Amino acid sequence: MGLTEPAGVGGNPLTEGLERLPVHPTTLVIFGATGDLARRKLLPALYNLAHEGALPERFHLVGSSRSELRDEDFRERAAAGVREFSRREVDETVLDALLASARYVSGDLDDDGLYGRVGEVLDAYDADADEPLHRCFYLATAPALFPVVVEALGARGLDACENAQVRVVIEKPFGADLQEARELNARVLGVFDEQQVFRIDHYLGKETVQNVLAFRFANGMFEPLWNRNYIDHVEITAAEDLGIGSRAGYYDAAGALRDLIQNHMLQLLTLLCMEPPTSFSADAVRDEKVKVLRAIAAPPPQEAVRAQYTPGAVSGEPVPGYLQEDGVPDGSTTETYAALRLQVDNWRWAGVPILLRTGKRLARKVTEIAVTLKPVPHLAFDSAGSVGPQPNQLVLTVQPNEGVTLKLAAKIPGSRMRIRPVNMEFLYGTAFLSQSPEAYERLILDAMRGDATLFTRNDEVEAQWRICDPVLRAWCDSSEPPAGYAAGSQGPAQADALIDGAWRAI
Amino acid sequence: MAEIVDSVWSQRDTSPGAIEAALRGLVIEHTRAHAGTMPARALNLVSVVDARWRGEIANRLGMVGRLAPSRNVVCKVEPGRETLDARATVSGLEGGREGLATLRETVVVSVGERHLEHLDTIVDPLVVTDVATVVWSPHGHPEAVDALLALSQSVLLDSRDEPDPVDALARVGRLAQDTYVVDLSWLRGTPWRERVAAAFDPAARRAELATLDRVTVRHRADSCVAALLLAGWLAARLGWRVSKLTRRDDGLAGRVRSRRGEVAVRLEPEPDMTAPGLCGVALHSASGAGVALRRGVGGLEMTRTDRDGHERTWTVLGASRGEPGILGEGLRQALLRDGTFDPALAAARGMVA
Repeated sequence: MGLTEPAGVGGNPLTEGLERLPVHPTTLVIFGATGDLARRKLLPALYNLAHEGALPERFHLVGSSRSELRDEDFRERAAAGVREFSRREVDETVLDALLASARYVSGDLDDDGLYGRVGEVLDAYDADADEPLHRCFYLATAPALFPVVVEALGARGLDACENAQVRVVIEKPFGADLQEARELNARVLGVFDEQQVFRIDHYLGKETVQNVLAFRFANGMFEPLWNRNYIDHVEITAAEDLGIGSRAGYYDAAGALRDLIQNHMLQLLTLLCMEPPTSFSADAVRDEKVKVLRAIAAPPPQEAVRAQYTPGAVSGEPVPGYLQEDGVPDGSTTETYAALRLQVDNWRWAGVPILLRTGKRLARKVTEIAVTLKPVPHLAFDSAGSVGPQPNQLVLTVQPNEGVTLKLAAKIPGSRMRIRPVNMEFLYGTAFLSQSPEAYERLILDAMRGDATLFTRNDEVEAQWRICDPVLRAWCDSSEPPAGYAAGSQGPAQADALIDGAWRAI
Repeated sequence: MAEIVDSVWSQRDTSPGAIEAALRGLVIEHTRAHAGTMPARALNLVSVVDARWRGEIANRLGMVGRLAPSRNVVCKVEPGRETLDARATVSGLEGGREGLATLRETVVVSVGERHLEHLDTIVDPLVVTDVATVVWSPHGHPEAVDALLALSQSVLLDSRDEPDPVDALARVGRLAQDTYVVDLSWLRGTPWRERVAAAFDPAARRAELATLDRVTVRHRADSCVAALLLAGWLAARLGWRVSKLTRRDDGLAGRVRSRRGEVAVRLEPEPDMTAPGLCGVALHSASGAGVALRRGVGGLEMTRTDRDGHERTWTVLGASRGEPGILGEGLRQALLRDGTFDPALAAARGMVA
């Protein structure tokens, strides 16, 4: 056997063919480490990455928040969160090893001294490794503290590290309106470069959301149809059967439009409508997504509907309306349902209505994209005695029952040519052996690796707000209260005016 | 609470056509009776097993959890049998978490040795068309595997089952010419390959790859092939010219040639190791720098040695997959393609040929 030239990914010949590419040794600092997000999502995600051997060969965790805790107390709390919320049974030896070196730094996030102490812990890890480890700061705090933390990191010089990468992960919401988003971007980018900033929209970490790209760009059969000539309209739905639970404080300030449409649903829209990127690199993908957002004008008032759930029934049991929920202020006009009719004004999509709707306490929990094709121009069959053909519909279900359904017309068995719609179904659960990782597992790993493809760029965030801001302002200025819809229903009747025909049943 | 519901059919002295019709009927009957169930369609697994070990194989497959095959065709080989008996089972969880349950189908066909040469004519009607088919024959029966090659997309095997590593690698090499081979001995080395790759990934450390002069792989006594494949992988990835290793003590040792000089390769059996596979890898360069990985608690224990002899040790996190995990991973890998296996196999064969 002869001597050959080594080949591999990024110049490392040993990485070729590996499913899991190496991640540089990293210390992850979670601000807000005792909060709900950390306990339910971030720490279990870290455990699952550790379990799979996906974390960097050297990995350290630092938790920080206001609570006065010792390192041991933090480790115990973290372990309890992992045991409760991990998607797989916990291997205690791995959990112990993960948390063995974890440190906790308590303090107020607006106290400069906190960052000095965090810096000392980071330096100690570097000294122990005898090399600078990459640093990843995860902001799982209240949104108002995002700029405070970022600027404090900058003031302490923690925004950069010689011979190591420093990254900051910022949770949603990124601002409460366009002005706030711009100000937050300005303050964040006053400290970090855009390449260091990872704005999370956890929907993008979901396998089924990423599958929208695979579905569109790895299958030749759909592309010829993917335009105004064949597509009649698109419905993007994110419906929940639950109410606001104990989140009245957050939800009443946010509302449905800010909570889901401004971020997750517009992201789904961009993936559905974007042009094929030249590569799957972060900026190539995000450039195309931004082009879609810039082609969307804010909808006029008559093409935006807001509503609030009123008392109704779910699972056969009576449930209160929004205004009767604990913690909701009397007379609140916060929308628990929002629907928009948008247009993407470009060559591909001009004239195709893109309908977005989201709501709490609807009939069922489902997140899906339904693409309805135009009807056939001429039908030779007599549809008497049958439902008859209906336009083809392609439904990409994000959750639950993740999969793709294609509605086709088929002949009903019998002596007459009678037609009815049937479904061709692909379900993730039946076609793949492996369990999908949680969105946060993928995103945390990508952030540590420096791959921003599944994160939102500054111009993307602002473009999203530019679409939603006028709607929010109009609702805020309106003297009309939100429409009502009974809990457990399909939503308000007013939303029917947005669509030519009828919405897909939730 | 989810409940497992089975629909069962069995027949003595049956035919492949009758079994296929029965399976089809069972699936329709089951999905009608239990709304919200859908047949899993990830892969067909055709296993050829000795009748006396059938229970052990069923247990192994039962432990792979979510990675279980969608349709499991078990050819139970009974010496002297002349006719076919079959038992088909369709199982599903009723009332799954999301209201949807996947069905898994198992058909056990009792065959005689005389059926093995043309086993494809029995199995072909029983696999789901257009779904990948994987063949697994843990108790030998190479004639059955050969017969099934044309209808399968990959063969799952464990080189550890073959007592002689030279024969084991030769068998894999022959099969790899005709189909995609997933060797569990290769998969036992995956975490080691990933960690070795990561250890040399920082640009500052990558240069050390060119100056490696000692590689030691420690393995359980019956897992010499896993060690050879790891050494073969290094050789293939780093462009080493391999030559035959010779017996030394209980292991194998010799020298291969890198672009800069010679690399001493040692494969050492570890008598106290309980789990199959590898238990340590050490790579050192002429400068004295190097890395060593060995099994530890909660992951692999990594020791990095600097040129000045300074050592640091820490744990690289990761759970042991155990043998059920390895088998499940084998099924998953049967649906993927690892382009680094064949070159590693060729280099490994070069070290024993």
